[in-house]
Amino acid sequence: MSLRIDHAIIESWVKPGSRLLDLGCGDGSLLQLLAQNRQAEGYGVEIGETEINACIARGVNVIEHNLDRGLTQFSDKSFDLVIMTQALQTMRFPHKVLDEMLRVGRECIVAFPNFGHWRARWHLAFSGRMPVSDILPYQWYDTPNIHFCTVRDFDVLCREQGIKILQRQVINTQGPSQLCDMMPNLLAVNAIYHLSR
Amino acid sequence: MSASADSPFGPDSVGLVQPQHFQYDAPFTLASGRQLPGFELVYETYGQLNSDASNAVLICHALSGTHHAAGYHSADDRKPGWWDHYIGPGKPIDTDRFFVVALNNLGGCAGSTGPISINPDTGKPWGPDFPMLRVRDWVQSQKLLAVHLGIQVWAAVIGGSLGGMQAMRWALEYPDQVRHCVVIASAMKLTAQNIAFNETARHAITSDPQFFNGDYLAHNTSPKQGLATARMIGHITYLSGDGLGEKFGRELRSGSFAQGQDSLVEFQVQSYLRYQGDVFSDNFDANTYLLMTRALDYFDLAREYGDDPMTAFKTAQARFLVVSFSTDWRFSPERSREIALALMNANRSVCYAEIESNFGHDAFLLPSERYESVFRNFMNTIATEAQP
Repeated sequence: MSLRIDHAIIESWVKPGSRLLDLGCGDGSLLQLLAQNRQAEGYGVEIGETEINACIARGVNVIEHNLDRGLTQFSDKSFDLVIMTQALQTMRFPHKVLDEMLRVGRECIVAFPNFGHWRARWHLAFSGRMPVSDILPYQWYDTPNIHFCTVRDFDVLCREQGIKILQRQVINTQGPSQLCDMMPNLLAVNAIYHLSR
Repeated sequence: MSASADSPFGPDSVGLVQPQHFQYDAPFTLASGRQLPGFELVYETYGQLNSDASNAVLICHALSGTHHAAGYHSADDRKPGWWDHYIGPGKPIDTDRFFVVALNNLGGCAGSTGPISINPDTGKPWGPDFPMLRVRDWVQSQKLLAVHLGIQVWAAVIGGSLGGMQAMRWALEYPDQVRHCVVIASAMKLTAQNIAFNETARHAITSDPQFFNGDYLAHNTSPKQGLATARMIGHITYLSGDGLGEKFGRELRSGSFAQGQDSLVEFQVQSYLRYQGDVFSDNFDANTYLLMTRALDYFDLAREYGDDPMTAFKTAQARFLVVSFSTDWRFSPERSREIALALMNANRSVCYAEIESNFGHDAFLLPSERYESVFRNFMNTIATEAQP
């Protein structure tokens, strides 16, 4: 999985000294990277016990909170940047979360797996079953991923919600590629969007 | 002072410990404006202070806590100190790495100067004349103890409940002397409901005929019934409904509901509560109870900061760990979330964890796998900064 590649791309987009919020921050490795290389200060938000422990152990600020309960505690534009990697598809209402991220942060970065990738399509078309792979390792009935979307779906959502796409980078398992840029909806494994209102 | 591996108390106990005394002989002015001619604090220490005194940890106790936080006073002790689950070799507050200081607060009744001490001006116990204390008075007296022990900077100040309030006050009063602040099951101020519980407990004490306006010692008595009732009320609120239900249910201790049975029926929970009340009232001073609960009620972290917690925490420099427990309704997770949010708004370092537990407010004293791992991981990051 190309998580390190998406972290590197996100790092290149983060302005030095940013105050940030990383929603679904996992083990805190992205926040640690951004603190070291971008002098960014911020907080991770997590609900997983193991992940929270990992953040505390590496000295990353982490706040236990269920994102499905919203971000109402945070005031408007209280962060320079709100990041969510590989978690949007796990939200009860992804569009509302996105809306809240853009209220709380001046800018947002969202990274998600592209369900339009040809392997997912191939799997569904020829086996007639929901894709299970090393990238999407869950069975349909027991998965945190309840709202998959494709790159094109996300473009449409941004257009409908009046969200500005400042930058977009699609990547396959090796990272960015020209071919992937030409046919993102078919070839991208992950998509990373830099957004604002 | 720590136990060896073959200690009869086990390898993870600090073993036998000895209370120590700190005498402060200069006048000590309190937040209320009144002055104590001096005071004495009883305290215990566990572990070794390192050469640059960078591994010292202060434990602030809650309402009825004492200096005896870990270990045993004698081989016959049935129970160790009140936070022995979390203080000891290899425990989250690891005495192999930290020098731990625990004291009985000023106004207490376990050996520090308080209402049962002799007022040097009268030669009699202070009783109800002992001055009212605020949390900041405890912080100031703890600061004097730190100086006495040669500690300029605490690696961490740690407390649960009322102890958490002291830890937060430390971080605001001495920002450059508190590197980490651990606030467990606490609040920036009490809710009306919480004050109401405290008032009910105080009312039980002050309306006891043996109270004599607080001057019960002069009458060679004490308001034991009232104090026991106060403790029973408190105890119920420190547990969760489900926790009590699981522990006792409707189990009977005596009597029967069988047809033809006329005897009084007693539930297990009744005798348990009465026992808790009786043990407490045998060992605790009523005036101290009044004083401690009032200090709790009066505490308001942001009062001097325009009632804005964010402004208050901007003063602090410490890294914070805030912990709450799911079924704690006396210091609910919402109160701890407010602390974490205020710290975030003030751009301070903070980790916040909400521990699933059935034990209500008391959970902060009890063993829990997740609480322990959160606590341990945070303390580890401190210990690696303060190598002996």
